[in-house]
Amino acid sequence: MTKKWIIAGIFLSCIVFAGCGKIFKEKNQTNSEEIMPDKYIVVGFSQLGAESDWRSANTESMKSTFTNENGFELIFEDGQQKQSNQIMAIRTFIQQEVDYIVLAPVIETGWDTVLQEAKDAGIPVIIVDRMVDVEDESLYTAWVGSDFALEGARAGEWINQFLQVKKIDNANIVNIQGTLGASAQIGRTKGLREACKANANTTLLTEVTGDFTQTKGKEVMESLLKKYDDINIVYCENDNEAFGVIEAIEATGKKVGSDIARGDIMVISFDGVKKEAMDYILKDKITCIVECNPLQGPLVQDIILQLEAGEIPDKFSYVDEGMYAHDDTVSSVVIDGVDYPITVVTQELLDVRAY
Amino acid sequence: MSSNKLPAAGKLRDRYKNLTDTSLLLIITIVVFFLMYIGAILFQGKGFLKPQTFFNILNGNAALIIASCGMSLVMITGGIDISVGGVAALVSMCCAVYLDFKGGNIFVAVAIAVAIGLAFGLVQGFLVAYLDIQPFIVTLAGMFFARGMTTIVNTNPFNVQNEAFVALKDTRVIMPGFGTVTKSGKYVNAYIEIGVIVAILVIIVMFCLLRWTKLGRNFYAVGGNSQSALMLGINVKRTKFLSHLICGLLAGIGGFVYFLHVGSGSPSHALGMEMNAIASSIIGGTLLTGGVGNIVGTLFGVLSLSTIQNIVASAGYGDPWWTGITIAAMLCLFLVVQSVVMSRKNKSHK
Repeated sequence: MTKKWIIAGIFLSCIVFAGCGKIFKEKNQTNSEEIMPDKYIVVGFSQLGAESDWRSANTESMKSTFTNENGFELIFEDGQQKQSNQIMAIRTFIQQEVDYIVLAPVIETGWDTVLQEAKDAGIPVIIVDRMVDVEDESLYTAWVGSDFALEGARAGEWINQFLQVKKIDNANIVNIQGTLGASAQIGRTKGLREACKANANTTLLTEVTGDFTQTKGKEVMESLLKKYDDINIVYCENDNEAFGVIEAIEATGKKVGSDIARGDIMVISFDGVKKEAMDYILKDKITCIVECNPLQGPLVQDIILQLEAGEIPDKFSYVDEGMYAHDDTVSSVVIDGVDYPITVVTQELLDVRAY
Repeated sequence: MSSNKLPAAGKLRDRYKNLTDTSLLLIITIVVFFLMYIGAILFQGKGFLKPQTFFNILNGNAALIIASCGMSLVMITGGIDISVGGVAALVSMCCAVYLDFKGGNIFVAVAIAVAIGLAFGLVQGFLVAYLDIQPFIVTLAGMFFARGMTTIVNTNPFNVQNEAFVALKDTRVIMPGFGTVTKSGKYVNAYIEIGVIVAILVIIVMFCLLRWTKLGRNFYAVGGNSQSALMLGINVKRTKFLSHLICGLLAGIGGFVYFLHVGSGSPSHALGMEMNAIASSIIGGTLLTGGVGNIVGTLFGVLSLSTIQNIVASAGYGDPWWTGITIAAMLCLFLVVQSVVMSRKNKSHK
């Protein structure tokens, strides 16, 4: 009988060890580095999901910044597009007493309670990418992300200067918007609207949403081409939409390119994360891309190091974002007195780009 | 082999022999849960030592506990209900729309939740019990219907701003004596949410129902062997119907607790909840074949499931596929252990 109990006992311990086995392994791998655990700054990062190329590049940037070599230990949690998962993740971070929490929120509202808990626990929270809408701004220490309105303004200004150089009096623009309500859509739409109002050489024909996707972008462009036969410039609020738009234009036999005077339709786009998009610039299918930089890791690292040194970091930090164009018709754009240079895309540039 | 010389060992053996299958599986589950938690404390460090870590697991899974209780009941009766996640999503969306757009009060929202749950239980129970359709097919249809209806009620996810609701959502039951002092030297109380209390009540009621009532024993009898149950004079159809009705009701209540926890309505809410409920029931010692199972086991099933997720995430493997793989491994191991232990025990009976 005792034998059977022993067997039962062995089985039970088997499950437990199998359950913990993975962790045993991980611990063993990191054991050598954990001799002095105080050395590492522990960062808990709650990413909202993995829905786009941009998002994946963003996650990768965080993972490659917060490495043990750089003196960090990163605990990464994927929220799978659910706020409840992200709230759970933050609570777990609090219990684990991480040093810093980095949050890429899936939506803007509903964070007050959990951020208050983090504040009570004395853990600074750094928000990345999208904003949080909280009553008390002291609930987060800093925010890192892109200035979408500036991106839009830069694209608008680029179009203006391009038309001036090419001596084109009037160009008709259609805007393929992103998912309505997303902060990227709001900023980029605003930028274009203001530019069109300010510059006499552009007419904004219409604005339609393409939901940031290739299929929707194509669909919308097809119907726009039937409706208007005098479109000169298509302003796409991300690259995936631009891909769809180009397909639609080429299907009607028209040419995509920068030579508006000869009847080309010019495509302007945002993000520039995918290699494909850069290849399109090289081929003059997309003429200009305003980059939306996913590499937020280093900036977050700077903020953490500032906090470690007892300094107070800026509340809002924007990542540096470049502009890429097919040729050097416009060499730089000036917005509010700041000069933004434009990089001409060449094969060599594509070979050395980080992502 | 024979240890009859020792009276203590003999007694132990008798006890072991006399254990029902249900109790044996329950003991396995509880022991494994505690070993796992102790393992987590030893190897993951201080995070798991804090009471709030455990309370957070309860807070985050109160809805799953409630839905799993219903699932276990249906499984004990020999059926299955995969509509619980869909029902929970529909409940949260309907309540969210009602509270936010119509500015309604909480009690009506609870009534809506219960009514939706009962309606699903009623229809599905009727189809399964009286028209003799496979429970899997019926509840599959129920799941699609509920998910579809959720999107029809409202497509976009949104947060509920209704003041009375937000107040209830943020209500915390302080657990005295379990608080911890944070790094900044502030004492933070440990707490549980209202949903946890509901979950505990559901467990107590369900436990009593299955343990001490005639109806409870009928569920086991029907699940174990419906033919013999019929010969014993048990109303098999009615028993099956009731199991689905109660499961639907609990899915409705679970949906409301889920809603209370997240505070928003969304078509993607409670996605995969039915699968987690099935997994929890199985880990808790409920057999898919019916007739065997225990509500306390189900509770520990849910706790084990979320603890393992917590451990994996804490170890730095936060990508969703890692938790999926771990749960798969855990389920597999539980099934193997269950079948080995059961077969050894049945042999020793001869």
